[in-house]
Amino acid sequence: MAKRLQARRLDGIDHNPWVEFVQLASEEADVVNLGQGFPDFSPPEFAVEAFQHAVSGDFMLNQYTKAFGYPPLTKILASFFGKLLGQEIDPLKNVLVTVGAYGALFTAFQALVDEGDEVIIIEPFFDCYEPMTLMAGGRPVFVSLKPSPTQKGEPDSSSNWQLDPTELASKFTSRTKAFILNTPNNPLGKVFSKEELELVASLCQQHDVVCISDEVYQWMVFDGFQHISIASLPGMWERTLTIGSAGKTFSVTGWKVGWVLGPDSLMKHLRTVHQNSVYHCATQGQAAVAQSFEREQLHFGRPSSYFVQLPQYIQRCRDHMIQSLQSMGFRPVTPQGSYFLITDISDFKNKMPDLPGAADEPYDRRFVKWMIKNKGLVAIPMSIFFSLPHQKFFDHYIRFCFVKDESTLRAMDQKLQKWKAELTP
Amino acid sequence: MFLAWERLCTLSCRPKFLKTVWASKILGLSTSAGEDSNPGWGTKIPPATQHGKKMSLRFKNAKRIEGLDSNIWIEFTKLAADPSVVNLGQGLPDISPPVYVKEELSKIAAIDNLNQYTRGFGHPSLVKALSCLYEKFYHNKINPNEEILVTVGAYGSLFNAIQGLIDEGDEVIVIVPFFDCYESMVRMAGATPVFVPLRCKPVDGKKCSSSDWTLDPQELASKFNSKTKAIILNTPHNPLGKVYTKEELQVIADLCIKYDTLCISDEVYEWLVYTGNKHFKIATFPGMWERTITIGSAGKTFSVTGWKLGWSIGPKHLIKHLQTVQQNTVYTCATPLQEALAQAFWIDIKRMDDPECYFNSLPKELEVKRDRMVHLLESVGLKSIVPDGGYFIIADVSMLDVDLLDMKDSNEPYDYKFVKWMIKNKKLSAIPVSAFCNAETKSQFEKFVRFCFIKKDSTLDAAEEIIKAWSRQNS
Repeated sequence: MAKRLQARRLDGIDHNPWVEFVQLASEEADVVNLGQGFPDFSPPEFAVEAFQHAVSGDFMLNQYTKAFGYPPLTKILASFFGKLLGQEIDPLKNVLVTVGAYGALFTAFQALVDEGDEVIIIEPFFDCYEPMTLMAGGRPVFVSLKPSPTQKGEPDSSSNWQLDPTELASKFTSRTKAFILNTPNNPLGKVFSKEELELVASLCQQHDVVCISDEVYQWMVFDGFQHISIASLPGMWERTLTIGSAGKTFSVTGWKVGWVLGPDSLMKHLRTVHQNSVYHCATQGQAAVAQSFEREQLHFGRPSSYFVQLPQYIQRCRDHMIQSLQSMGFRPVTPQGSYFLITDISDFKNKMPDLPGAADEPYDRRFVKWMIKNKGLVAIPMSIFFSLPHQKFFDHYIRFCFVKDESTLRAMDQKLQKWKAELTP
Repeated sequence: MFLAWERLCTLSCRPKFLKTVWASKILGLSTSAGEDSNPGWGTKIPPATQHGKKMSLRFKNAKRIEGLDSNIWIEFTKLAADPSVVNLGQGLPDISPPVYVKEELSKIAAIDNLNQYTRGFGHPSLVKALSCLYEKFYHNKINPNEEILVTVGAYGSLFNAIQGLIDEGDEVIVIVPFFDCYESMVRMAGATPVFVPLRCKPVDGKKCSSSDWTLDPQELASKFNSKTKAIILNTPHNPLGKVYTKEELQVIADLCIKYDTLCISDEVYEWLVYTGNKHFKIATFPGMWERTITIGSAGKTFSVTGWKLGWSIGPKHLIKHLQTVQQNTVYTCATPLQEALAQAFWIDIKRMDDPECYFNSLPKELEVKRDRMVHLLESVGLKSIVPDGGYFIIADVSMLDVDLLDMKDSNEPYDYKFVKWMIKNKKLSAIPVSAFCNAETKSQFEKFVRFCFIKKDSTLDAAEEIIKAWSRQNS
């Protein structure tokens, strides 16, 4: 065809770094995959049972359900999160089920972001926020979390990475349509404090901005830190879209069930996008998530709750990984939450600055590719979570996922020990 | 293994449990959803908002969805949801999917690693199965990774194709009647739908059939110009059931080639073709592979509409743009369902010539139901258009001359009013065919309603009772 084929909305968003790294990880034999964020252990038995029940029960679950969400699921999400947010949530007006939290994000951007609108994105950010903003014709405006200097010998923590309030305020203009918040944050693992959220809330209200709050890791919080949903702060419910994920909640990333909670005045626009994009989500996955939430509602707050047990287990995985990495000369940043930690690789950058790669390819990407091929460990370069102009300032960090089975972490230890042995002649 | 977590429940370990942040402690009051909240509640409110409330004006929707908020399905499925209504409306089977399809999904639900993310553009075993199946119909091998994309239903494929390939200012030819999302998706992409109607040329004495509805080649040609980016084709056709002939497709193909236009071919009902008809894939015509996206549906193929899996097949230089949309919208589709679908395909791929193969047995089963519906509608004096394919049949209800007195104030087309009246008074639902028309052509189709017949016998029995009683009432 002679004509230009692709729509202009795809300009600048066709490249996806994941495709490259996921492919590399699958091509190399005998690698320990600590890259992409998914658990490699079983989901909880009650979730597996719920799915089995959904696929072997009423055969009509093989057919379409309600477009905006399978009724038992929207009902339980409304009641479960209604309590958490201190908000009367109507399953029909305030809940939308989407194809993963990823689908929720897309739906929100398409519904509300117009050509020329500005969207404030905190760096480092889950990489899809930028292309989704661009695809909606919006202009991403970045503001960086920056680490404060640590005491010598003191390990860095995600709580140490902060926004400068003055800088943050300066990013809001009359064109700002939305503010993307991600707490707990991917890749850093930062759990925003109440004070930090109040600052964001005050600016959103002052400038009449919608807050899109990606809270997929809401249960993955460690060391006694608390996850706070910004929608529960005064004046915020009416301007916040809160996004959640069954995949991260129940360790079933392959089910692709997510949701958005928010006021009807915003949700109605998301419903319009939804009915013109996917229209329905798969029924059986939703039925299984509904049943899983029903189980959790009974156990909530008790030791038997998955939302208690999972973060406890994951915290141990985190600590194991931190120790192993430290013994190798990596300098991990202890995350307060999420599936991930980042680790400073400056020492490696100093010792082996010339790794193979393209001329302008950030160091962390070259390092990760080298590490996959030569050391059998898969991580993700941190620079992909930064805007292009800022990538070079953060090319000395890589991201590891520690939500892995003990056997995977032991395999990681073996690779690290071998690597260490190779370093000392 | 993390299964140990369950054993932990029995240990009396005290969890370092995060205090649930019960928002009432923070708020003091709960806010109501909506724009009416008053800032002066006396709780901790940041100073900024005390300067006055600026609400909602900037919560306006993005322009791309302006005017797209109403949706026929939302409206009519709500009406038909009453369990006492015999639902022949929405295209949803109430028959069971084939046993082996349910069994595969059941088996897969027990496999651990299928609960996590799979490949974004399509689960490997599924794209392999699709490639193997469709290679039988195309003249070329189909690269499973570059020429196939798995999407959230065929609906998702339509979305990816339109978002990926249609730009603001483009024109897209849409044949009337059309599956309603074609118009709204084209508009959401900022493009202009250009409509061309199928017109009926009945042959005297012969029963009216979907093949009597055709495009006028000159009228069709007049719709193409240099701004035409694509034409959307749907064969077998919803709602008419028309199965485009080779000659009809050649006319479309010739125009696509002449005007360098893309073809988005929605072939979800490809297996549902009745005796004397054959489904042709326009992508197999000379010069068409490189400009066609062909869309299929698991839901329609295996009677599992709730699995929401579909696919697009086409050349790499087109599919890659649909893949770009995918990686910026849903990223990946559900894993266990894709694996189960792959297994179901392998079972039927191995027995394509066998009458037991679902691709053969379903149309046979549905042809009987189709004939039953035709006969039933005929017996009460309703003129139906016998579909050559698909699982819908449309009937002209104007001769029933129903008194829609209580609906007379509505501005809606006749068929909308008729269906609402029929749901309320006869407990039978259908879909008004003018829902499949653009504003200008609604009046041409407003005497038709669409019935779905992929229903179990007891449902059709119930429909029969209603229709017969109705006819007795009238006579």
